[in-house]
Amino acid sequence: MEIGLAHYLTVSAILLTLGIFGIFLNRKNVIVILMSIELMLLAVNINLVAFSAYLGNLVGQVFALFILTVAAGEAAIGLAILVVYFRNRGTIAVEDIHHMKG
Amino acid sequence: MIISTIAFYLFAAMTIASAFMVISAKNPVHSVLYLILAFFNSAALFVLLGAEFIAMILIVVYVGAVAVLFLFVVMMLDINFAELRQGFLQYLPIGGLIGLILLIELILVVSGWALSPEAIQVGSQVAPTVSDLTNTEQLGHVIYTDYAYLFQIAGMILLVAMIGAIVLTNRTRPGVRKQKIAEQVYRRPEDSMAVRKVEPGQGV
Repeated sequence: MEIGLAHYLTVSAILLTLGIFGIFLNRKNVIVILMSIELMLLAVNINLVAFSAYLGNLVGQVFALFILTVAAGEAAIGLAILVVYFRNRGTIAVEDIHHMKG
Repeated sequence: MIISTIAFYLFAAMTIASAFMVISAKNPVHSVLYLILAFFNSAALFVLLGAEFIAMILIVVYVGAVAVLFLFVVMMLDINFAELRQGFLQYLPIGGLIGLILLIELILVVSGWALSPEAIQVGSQVAPTVSDLTNTEQLGHVIYTDYAYLFQIAGMILLVAMIGAIVLTNRTRPGVRKQKIAEQVYRRPEDSMAVRKVEPGQGV
């Protein structure tokens, strides 16, 4: 059976759903929430590259490259904030983070 | 053909299984390791799609930088992870419901979707893939010409992220003795030495 675009889109849809599910499941652990966000970005990248390959258009891969850049920056900043927060408060439980009353 | 089909199903199943383990593993260190496995398998999916450069960048950037950063942070912070997992089953029904609804919607969209033949021609006019070049060369031809500004902005984003991370985590602890070269250079003999007249039989 020929592997078509829909196969890749299904994989990416399942990955995105798992990412969202992971955010709900690990409500207290910021590190796993960040990892779930990485999974969702990976799903988006699979989507872009699959469309790029099947439409014969390279722009999708260029955009996937930029999403990769942003994901790396996001992980670095997020983990830096996490380290600073842990240093100040001694915990990373999400429901304790309400000092800004947001 | 049959081999690529088998490879697709293998890598896709491995990606989804390891993604599931990322969100359900008890130990966050195991989560990070499964995340690395998911990245490797999706890199293999990218190779199957013919996007070798993105696949290699995925391994270098995600596995080499992001996942190792996660591993560092998980191991560096002294956190009671068992305490953080207490509401795990409490959030399972609502999270599962939302995930299921979303998945059904996405699958409906994917299965009810059809590509018109004209769209392929229109799409490939923007940046067509040239068949006698490798994927990396094609990307290079596009990135440094049409998308040069976006490329620069990506570099700026990385720079800002680097500076931000350093500024956030850098701290000056009291009691740390560092070498201050300027002070050493500007030190004069009269600052540090004194000539005392010592009387015989008495101390200084």
